[in-house]
Amino acid sequence: MNLLLEIGCEEIPDWMLSGALEYLRKAIGDLTKDVRQDGSIRTDATPRRLVVRAEGLIARQPDSEERVWGPAKSAPAPAVAGFAKKQGVTPEQLEVLSDGKAEKYSYVRKIAGRATADILAEALPQLILKTPFPKTMLWPGKGGARFIRPIRWVVALLDNKVVPFEIADVKSGNESAGHRRLGKYRFPVTYENFEEKLRENFVILSAEERRKRITGYATKFKQDGDLLEVLVNLTEWPTPITGNFDPSFLDLPGEVLTTVMKVHQKNFSVEAGDGKLAPRFVAITNTDGDPDGLIQHGNENVVRARFNDARFFWNADQKRKLADRVQDLANVTFQAKLGSYLAKTERIVALVRELGGGPPVRTPAPRPADSTHAERAALLCKTDLTTELVKEFTELQGVIGGLYAKAQGEPEEVATAIYDHYKPVSMEDSIPRTHAGQLVAIADKLDSLRGCFSVGIIPSGSKDPFALRRAAQGIVKIIVDGKLRLPIRHLLGSDAALTEFFFDRVRYYFREIRGFKYDEINAVLAAGSDDLIDIEERLTALQQVRPTADFEPLAAAFKRVSNILRQAEWSTKASPNSNLLEPGPEAGLHANFVAISAKVRESADYKSKLESIATLRPAVDLFFDKVMVNVDNPEVRHNRLALLHSVLTEFSTIADFSEIVTTSQENK
Amino acid sequence: MPTPNAFTLQQMIFRLKEYWGERGCIIQEPFDVEVGAGTMCPETFLRVLGPKPYRTAYVQPSRRPADGRYGDNPNRLYKHMQLQVILKPTPADVIEQYMGSLEAIGIDLRKHDVKLEEDNWESPTLGAWGVGWQVMLDGQEITQFTYFQQCGGIDLDLIPAEITYGLERITAFLQDVDSVYDITWTPGVKYKDVRYTDELQYSVYNFEAAHVPTLWKLFEIHEGEARRLIDLYAESKEKERYPLLAAYDHVLKCSNLFNTLDARGAISVTERVGVIGRVRKLAVGVAEAWVDQQAVAA
Repeated sequence: MNLLLEIGCEEIPDWMLSGALEYLRKAIGDLTKDVRQDGSIRTDATPRRLVVRAEGLIARQPDSEERVWGPAKSAPAPAVAGFAKKQGVTPEQLEVLSDGKAEKYSYVRKIAGRATADILAEALPQLILKTPFPKTMLWPGKGGARFIRPIRWVVALLDNKVVPFEIADVKSGNESAGHRRLGKYRFPVTYENFEEKLRENFVILSAEERRKRITGYATKFKQDGDLLEVLVNLTEWPTPITGNFDPSFLDLPGEVLTTVMKVHQKNFSVEAGDGKLAPRFVAITNTDGDPDGLIQHGNENVVRARFNDARFFWNADQKRKLADRVQDLANVTFQAKLGSYLAKTERIVALVRELGGGPPVRTPAPRPADSTHAERAALLCKTDLTTELVKEFTELQGVIGGLYAKAQGEPEEVATAIYDHYKPVSMEDSIPRTHAGQLVAIADKLDSLRGCFSVGIIPSGSKDPFALRRAAQGIVKIIVDGKLRLPIRHLLGSDAALTEFFFDRVRYYFREIRGFKYDEINAVLAAGSDDLIDIEERLTALQQVRPTADFEPLAAAFKRVSNILRQAEWSTKASPNSNLLEPGPEAGLHANFVAISAKVRESADYKSKLESIATLRPAVDLFFDKVMVNVDNPEVRHNRLALLHSVLTEFSTIADFSEIVTTSQENK
Repeated sequence: MPTPNAFTLQQMIFRLKEYWGERGCIIQEPFDVEVGAGTMCPETFLRVLGPKPYRTAYVQPSRRPADGRYGDNPNRLYKHMQLQVILKPTPADVIEQYMGSLEAIGIDLRKHDVKLEEDNWESPTLGAWGVGWQVMLDGQEITQFTYFQQCGGIDLDLIPAEITYGLERITAFLQDVDSVYDITWTPGVKYKDVRYTDELQYSVYNFEAAHVPTLWKLFEIHEGEARRLIDLYAESKEKERYPLLAAYDHVLKCSNLFNTLDARGAISVTERVGVIGRVRKLAVGVAEAWVDQQAVAA
């Protein structure tokens, strides 16, 4: 048997379709697991419908059996009769068996499998309404249903017979709906003709096919995967058209034109041969053509009006330079408890100064010119928030500031730093191009983190209104990719929650983005470095040395050392007394320790240091083989603990090897 | 590609009123206290509360002091006109009815591109929110469509559909003019002839001339009167005749004064959140009393 379920809904936000389908596929799969043989489950969506098609269903669940236990064998006859009656049989039909503890009366009850249609009719309404959406609405009123938008029709067919149920006054049936303007309002469908009937009514069910109708358009437009998905999910019958605009608008910055086209109008931009913008755009309509050119004309009008606005704002904004707008930031709130953007600006400037000049910064020292430019950029970086163009195109904050700074004669370095200072906006995005830009970007993000944590705005779960995770992640990426040497713990200040939050992002970055193993990261962080470049170097060295033969056994031995010391509660730093060392393995370990320590100190890089440390392995193994640490003589015992302690501390400064999860441990 | 037979602005309004009147709406005239949006009128803000079905449509001139541009900007207005429709509860074919209204004002939908794009609405000052769409016609936003969920901080009994047409935008679109000031209001009369002076003078007032201490004083007077009326409602013995509607007028006055002060740059960062909170408190106070009063009356 096959199942067709179509939830007909008013326009569902484009970005929610895939999540809804994922849920439905799983939920329908779980619901039908007893009644589905090996058939597939397919899901499709358009803005107005969520569709599930399943094959290979059987008419009813297989019958099943269940053994029920009654009274003990020794129970009086009435109790046995009562049990038999409850099961609908005579006492003679009962068996006496042991349940493992005692002999008891028992009976195997037959449970008839339920009809698939009944299972579906009963479960589907709740299953549908439980579709997780980020923000649902209630309709038609109290006691009604919740969904992303009102459900207006439901097709539910099992082998083309209606599975009857009701959701908020909508009865399931066999009638689907066509394209709002081109198709029939309602028409009957079957499992077999469903896609074809939709097509006759100007609905292309397959997202892949809608995608192809867009990408296959004759006018070549600039590829934009995100925008493409939006448009695929915003249309039932996508048809691209081309619009033109006056080439004089090409004088406006490309960033502004592209934002108008992409963000505001959901249009693709078109490039001329030289990579610059052409005075054209591609709009994706949700209809079957534009024979009279009315749609093209309308879209051109809107784009022109938007470009005119942008030009109007650009010109109006030039009347006051960014430098004259700093004080205006007093009227722009950053966060109620953290004050205005003027206050934030002052903090960013101070932070940039700290990052760029003060004693905490280690080598290589920033170039003097850069720090001057960075301070200037920090002072101006938020001023574009007071401009008309940014009020209109908020997504261009920073970018507009950079463009204005350049137009107003600020040094190129200052303009670039402002332009870039919101970067990276994701882990795929690049970091600011210049050192000055990197400093401003770090200072801005660091200020948000410190400020928000100080007033209790701490991200939890999906709640992160100030995008602090992204800010912290951005700082990590800038520091590592930009090879900046910054004392990050010092910069984070004394807030333990912030330090923990930040180092979570450090772990995330090295694990998910850079592919280091979690135990390697733990080992390096446990060694206590807070310079991310140094941490990166250690991780790289550790990753390289790890596969060598001696390394993991040595790590296991270090863990053993660590355990012994912990059990003995030994944390005293003391040099072992060489007179007390027993000749043989113990003296051997000591001699090796002394020699390897010297070698490690001489090695230039972490990799050769780690390689040297790994050569300690035979001596350590032999020691544990032949030497007993917990001997009765306290002098000898203490001396052995001192030796182990020296080995552990001396060789754990690069990474704490006891954090390494060795293969043998994982197999346990 | 001008549209030779496009309706004038006033024909459009007539058509829309007629259309919604035929569908059971009470055709109201604009509310006579200044508001920032048709939603703030008692015909929407108060009528959507409680279990009583209601349908209404009205044009509401809406004032947004900060949006004034001295009559210089072709698309931005201090005062624009909304045609507001409230359908409570929402009929199942509400979108089909809405599409019908577009046909009624001369838009041949077969030749145009219509999309409903997610756009949710929230008003912190009114303690109200809803979900819905902006309706895009050939790339132009022409209508806001909202299913209210909460108003005055109160969950709604019946979910209304609010349909808000931006009359200037739609008319400019249909008449194919680039500037709202070129809209034909009625033959021989342009929008500019009727409204330019308002735009210029109110921009001057809101941005330059308004006397800030006086506006603050007025704000406090209206706030005081609204507060007084809301507080006295609780102990009132004759709830059914209690003047909550008058209290609400004072709340609206506060809201408009706040917007004017804001446009004037007279509200500091620290004050802003606080003042919004004060207006919200009044709006919520009236809404709660109103629900109670309706229950008493029923």
